[in-house]
Amino acid sequence: MHIPIETYQLPNGLTVVLSEDHTAPIVAVNLWYHVGSANEREGRTGFAHLFEHMLFQGSANVGLNEHFELIQRAGGTLNGSTWLDRTNYYETVPSNQLELTIWLEANRMGYLLPAMTQQKLDTQRDVVQNERRWSMDNQPYGTWWERMPAIAFPPEHPFHHSLIGSMADLDAASLDDIATFFSTYYTPDNAVLSIAGDFDAVEAREMIERHFGGIPRGKGKPPLPDMNVPPTFGAALREVVFDDVMLPRQFIAFRSPVFGSDEYYTASVTGAILGLKKGSRLHRALVREQQVAAEATAFTYDLAKGSDLLVVDVTARPEISHDALEYAVHAEIDRLVDDGVTEDEVARAVALIETDMVAALQSAGDRADRLSMFATYFGDPRIVNVQTERYRAVTSEKVNAFARARLIRHNRATLLYVPRETADVPPQDDLAMAEAP
Amino acid sequence: MSETLTATSTSAPTTKPAPAAPRDYHFPHFERRSLPNGVQLVVAPVPKLPLVTVLAIVEAGASVEPDTQRGVAALTARLLLEGAAGMDGVALAERFEGIGASVEAHADWDVTSVSLTALTDRLPEALGLVRDLLRSPTFPEREVQRLKEERLADLLQQLAEPRGLADEQFVHAVYAATARYAAPEEGDAASVRALTRNDVQQFYSARYQPGGITLVFAGDVTMQTAAALAEQLLGDWTGARPAAAPSGVDATQPGKLVRVVSKADAPQSELRVGHVGLPRNTPDYFDAMVMNAVLGGLFSSRINLNLREVHGYTYGASSEFEWRRGAGPFVVHTAVKSDVTAAAVQEILTEMERIRTTAIGEDELTLATSYLDGVFPIRYETTAAIASALANMVIHGLPDNYYDEYRARVRAVTTEGVLEAARRRLHPDQLRIVVVGDPVVVAAAIEAVTGLTPEIVTGEGEAAE
Repeated sequence: MHIPIETYQLPNGLTVVLSEDHTAPIVAVNLWYHVGSANEREGRTGFAHLFEHMLFQGSANVGLNEHFELIQRAGGTLNGSTWLDRTNYYETVPSNQLELTIWLEANRMGYLLPAMTQQKLDTQRDVVQNERRWSMDNQPYGTWWERMPAIAFPPEHPFHHSLIGSMADLDAASLDDIATFFSTYYTPDNAVLSIAGDFDAVEAREMIERHFGGIPRGKGKPPLPDMNVPPTFGAALREVVFDDVMLPRQFIAFRSPVFGSDEYYTASVTGAILGLKKGSRLHRALVREQQVAAEATAFTYDLAKGSDLLVVDVTARPEISHDALEYAVHAEIDRLVDDGVTEDEVARAVALIETDMVAALQSAGDRADRLSMFATYFGDPRIVNVQTERYRAVTSEKVNAFARARLIRHNRATLLYVPRETADVPPQDDLAMAEAP
Repeated sequence: MSETLTATSTSAPTTKPAPAAPRDYHFPHFERRSLPNGVQLVVAPVPKLPLVTVLAIVEAGASVEPDTQRGVAALTARLLLEGAAGMDGVALAERFEGIGASVEAHADWDVTSVSLTALTDRLPEALGLVRDLLRSPTFPEREVQRLKEERLADLLQQLAEPRGLADEQFVHAVYAATARYAAPEEGDAASVRALTRNDVQQFYSARYQPGGITLVFAGDVTMQTAAALAEQLLGDWTGARPAAAPSGVDATQPGKLVRVVSKADAPQSELRVGHVGLPRNTPDYFDAMVMNAVLGGLFSSRINLNLREVHGYTYGASSEFEWRRGAGPFVVHTAVKSDVTAAAVQEILTEMERIRTTAIGEDELTLATSYLDGVFPIRYETTAAIASALANMVIHGLPDNYYDEYRARVRAVTTEGVLEAARRRLHPDQLRIVVVGDPVVVAAAIEAVTGLTPEIVTGEGEAAE
């Protein structure tokens, strides 16, 4: 499978990626800004995400809520998301509405600040605080998103702090912060614009030049601190959280090679062998055979800087103690390290990953998002076309070498949720960290 | 801020561009065929990528379960993957996953679906395995017990999960205790505990019959290939079409109520407001659907803009009709900061009343209709989405030209039609308001807003002290 790709830069530094496909009269527009929670300053956790909300509040020529309304009236879908190291905004629209979409994205990249008001900021702060309550504070195990990076990265590391942010930091965000963040990071030279689907490349180039061409290049962004960390934790880390949950649930993170590296593909396949679908090791051993777990999965965070994380996530069956769960999960990972995997297991994992990739690339929005991702992280969107080959190059020897280097006990950070009422261990500070037994 | 403004004030178009001429779109062409034994085929060749989705639709939804065996449809569906034709669950998983095929089996209210997505060159092998699970499942006793335990674990988890708890307590408040729709699709703890392998076997024998099965193909496949595979795999299967669902699955209980499911110190209230909705085959489907889009179906809907963008009470609020063969619920759902729960209820009631009493504006109508019209091709980008649309056509007996006419029927909806649908289909006198939250914070305030004294219950639905 091969996606046609054309890529170039405007004089102001905006990277453009075009991928035509005329199967259906649909076009996807996708913008990645190379900024995420890692770029936040102290005392402003959650700001990158709050800022994402503000980008839907209008710009010089677009009124409050009009961005959503114009796209929906055009018959399109849209949203945005914030991650540790990037923020994206995307629309999929009928192909005759391409220029409207380009105009809306350009207007907020170039002319956002005249539309910002204290009232809009206050409302979105309330919305985001409710998003935090909904996704994290009022959801069983919801805090794992915040707790796991805090364990896996040292306090000074840009990936350590909370993406959604603390209530206090959200309260502290001001319009001045909005202006500074905007002029520092929301510049054409810090963004990638991808368009995928039914359009004419010559016309699209003209539209892009017309709407984005006049936006000046930024003045550069402050460099992130050194992101490098040792390849392993060097010790078994462990945090126990007594919470309002019914069943114990254990997360284990391993430091893992960064997204896009050769070794990343080995790590990704190892994750699939451990925890992708019912034929995976954790499902077979813990859910089916030993029946200590109700669910078991594994996946990578796909972080492209510093260190990635491979995460195992296992929820206990009723009546199974957190001790028994923890013992069984560690034992299963030890078994992989000690005995290695077979070539059949690698083949199963690669076949499943391949089918998933083909299925995902059916959608114009997904194609555009992947093009933006590879262009943002590696400066080359064409990498999307070599994913299959890179996965197929993984062998059982590579998986076994990876497991011996990275799945060992002193590279495991455990986050264990224990039902508050049934806790049979002495209460301790929720945030206390201790060596694994 | 002005500094940046000056720095970026270069020439750029300030007015929004007009759309270009729209390009034609047609829902993928499909063909139907029947095998002599009653198995129906619906095939949509979409050869864009080397991928095929197959849905096997079985007349074995939760609505046809015996009263004493709630949850047996879901359990039977899941067990299909746990042993068939001499293979155990591990062997089946290895066979499917070894060729990169993904397979799932799931029972909803109306039917059971076995869904398969595979690369084209793996289709014959993968479909052969699907034949095995449809025709020769073994329902091993050990797996029956394990899947029951897993369902009980889900139910236990739900007691601490406000969203699922709110959904469950809401339908419990809408439907009569005897109605199948009053209990969860997959059964409650008592009914699941009582299920046996024999129940599963009997349900399977009664419902998995060739006369009640449709195979939907979408993707890189021709009718010729699909028909040959279906004939080869299912052609010699004999049996009758199973009976239709009994009436009464959607029977309701009368009256209004407010129920607070107690969750002490909850930072947020999960809120559900609504009543019984409409069956999918209601004659005013398009009017009701567009009415709901304006009220709470879209991001730019009245309820979301009011609760989220004007008041900042919530991360999101929406409303929906759950479309089933019987009358599923109509429900507004949101989660709001605890101390504004009653205020949010008041805003929802106001919006429901407003859309019933005054015709919506032409611009609101066209926002909804042009969205539903324009987004239509975007909905059918994937083989899975096309197969699912065709499955809906089969399940609800929609005409073959339904998807060809969909956009014109959406555009034909008028503001009068929306007002009429709101008057006939929203029932302020039948409202069930369910809150999962802290009764100390919310109960008195909701009583002040609604005039109803809230019942305070536990997560299990029992009266709290």
